[in-house]
Amino acid sequence: MKKTLGYRVNIFLFLLPALFLFVAILIAPIAMSGFYSFHDWNGLKEPVFIGFQNYVELFTSGSINFMRALKNALLLAFFSTFIQLPFALWLALKLAKGIRGERFFLSVFFMPVLISTVVIGQLWLKIYNPDYGVLNVTLRALGLDSWCQIWLGDRKIALGAAFVPVLWQYVGYHMLLMYAGIKSVPPELREAGMLDGCTDGQLNRYIVIPYIKPIMRISVIFAVTGSLKSFDLIYVLTNGGPVHATEVPSTLMINLLFLRNRYGMGSTIAVMLIILCFVFALLINMIFRKEKVV
Amino acid sequence: MSTVSEAKNVGRASTAGNKITVRSVLIYAVLILWTLISIFPVYWMLTFSLKTTEEIFGQNVVGLPQHWVWENYTRAMNTGHMEVYFLNSFIVAVITILITLVASAMATYAMTRLVWKGRGAMNKFFMLGLTIPIHAAIVPLYVVLGKTGLLNSHAALIIPYSAFSLAMGILICTGFMGDIPYDLDEAAFLDGCGVWGIFLRVIAPLMVPAISTVGIYTFLQCWNELMFATVFNSKEAFKTLPVGVQGLAGQYSTEWGPIGAALAIATIPTLLVYVFLSKRIQDSFIAGAVKG
Repeated sequence: MKKTLGYRVNIFLFLLPALFLFVAILIAPIAMSGFYSFHDWNGLKEPVFIGFQNYVELFTSGSINFMRALKNALLLAFFSTFIQLPFALWLALKLAKGIRGERFFLSVFFMPVLISTVVIGQLWLKIYNPDYGVLNVTLRALGLDSWCQIWLGDRKIALGAAFVPVLWQYVGYHMLLMYAGIKSVPPELREAGMLDGCTDGQLNRYIVIPYIKPIMRISVIFAVTGSLKSFDLIYVLTNGGPVHATEVPSTLMINLLFLRNRYGMGSTIAVMLIILCFVFALLINMIFRKEKVV
Repeated sequence: MSTVSEAKNVGRASTAGNKITVRSVLIYAVLILWTLISIFPVYWMLTFSLKTTEEIFGQNVVGLPQHWVWENYTRAMNTGHMEVYFLNSFIVAVITILITLVASAMATYAMTRLVWKGRGAMNKFFMLGLTIPIHAAIVPLYVVLGKTGLLNSHAALIIPYSAFSLAMGILICTGFMGDIPYDLDEAAFLDGCGVWGIFLRVIAPLMVPAISTVGIYTFLQCWNELMFATVFNSKEAFKTLPVGVQGLAGQYSTEWGPIGAALAIATIPTLLVYVFLSKRIQDSFIAGAVKG
């Protein structure tokens, strides 16, 4: 195939649909969000350039309280990494060992991932319902009336209650990725370990887990960036309430945009989210790379 | 093969060592407990969608319905516009899948089968899309869609969904296209095919397995998406299922039966497909993540 002009035109034509969509909908808007974030703008009047004022206000304003939203998201990332992922790994290790009912358990544990987050959120709203929800009804039936709570309405426990469904829904996702990784461990490696007299625990510790490190890296990145971006379930369950106790950056952004018409400030949060996601992804990559050398 | 024998030992516990049996029982106990926790919300949804308000609110909270109230489903369909939301979600999902498939297969072809400087860099550029959060686009898109009069239309969701599915589409297509032997391209070239002929007659037919992987992945992304759908399409006629169901739940907050029915209507198609295609669906999620 000669590299004629026609060949080059054809290359361009093949790339055109994807490139157009990608630049117009992903790349250009990032630049535009960056531009808006330096402006005071309500969406109607001309944007007024105000430099870094939005960023300063974002981190200092008590009424926006971005730091609380960020703290909540980071807390979710922490629980996700240190509770959800280890549990998912445990499930994956047990299932990949080839126990009876392996396919059944795998399919059931993955199922919540496929259900719409709105449906999951609505169901958990009803589970948490103070009067008729399964949780309080069960506690009352067990005579534990004092344990009953207004789960999503109490400022002290709403955050924890809102995190439970978020963590619950995606256990199966991480489990599936790790399971696939464990299944791809070459049998020779396992056999070599067994010949050396490894127990199951040692096999997992010294052969399986090091082998699936690349997948664990992806899981950790998904868990952390997913927590930073988390929106759906929090929006359905509490929409950031009560009194902003469960606010995360995304709910804050949507509320600033569409309740207070603060387009500039909304864009500032969007830009912060992009930066945070990239920084955390890089950081996690670095941590995993370092471990490899040691 | 100690794993196999150990699994069998669970069945005939009498011959196995006690230590292994106790541990296996504990493991199974946790697995079964997690099974119940995973299934419970869906089980509960299906049962209360068929109950009367009296049963839901006290007489029979977790049991099977005593009287099966199918009327909840007709009420959800009639008063709730469920069929409109369903159709909207379907239209948006199908067109998004088509655009994603065509655009990503074409781009992948240009970046893997055609030889030119910068194709590697171009691929890396597209892969940026895997990490860009949709939040990045929401304000500018809202402004532009508003100015062009596209808010409250199917296109308002199809265009951004396609764009955000591209990176994954290209990633999956690259994996599949790499498995097609290059000899085929050359043979077709010698037979007088141009690049378009090779793409349409040789590559595209062999990309059928990729279609289901990309299709499943894209389908679930846009079928369940909430943020864009809430912000861009607020009129009844263009609401997708997640937004519609969310609105219904707010409107009929005291009548759990019909809401349960609406939630079930939104969920059952996905679950049915999952029952028959569980392996394929799981594989498409694995393909998306592992090759990244």
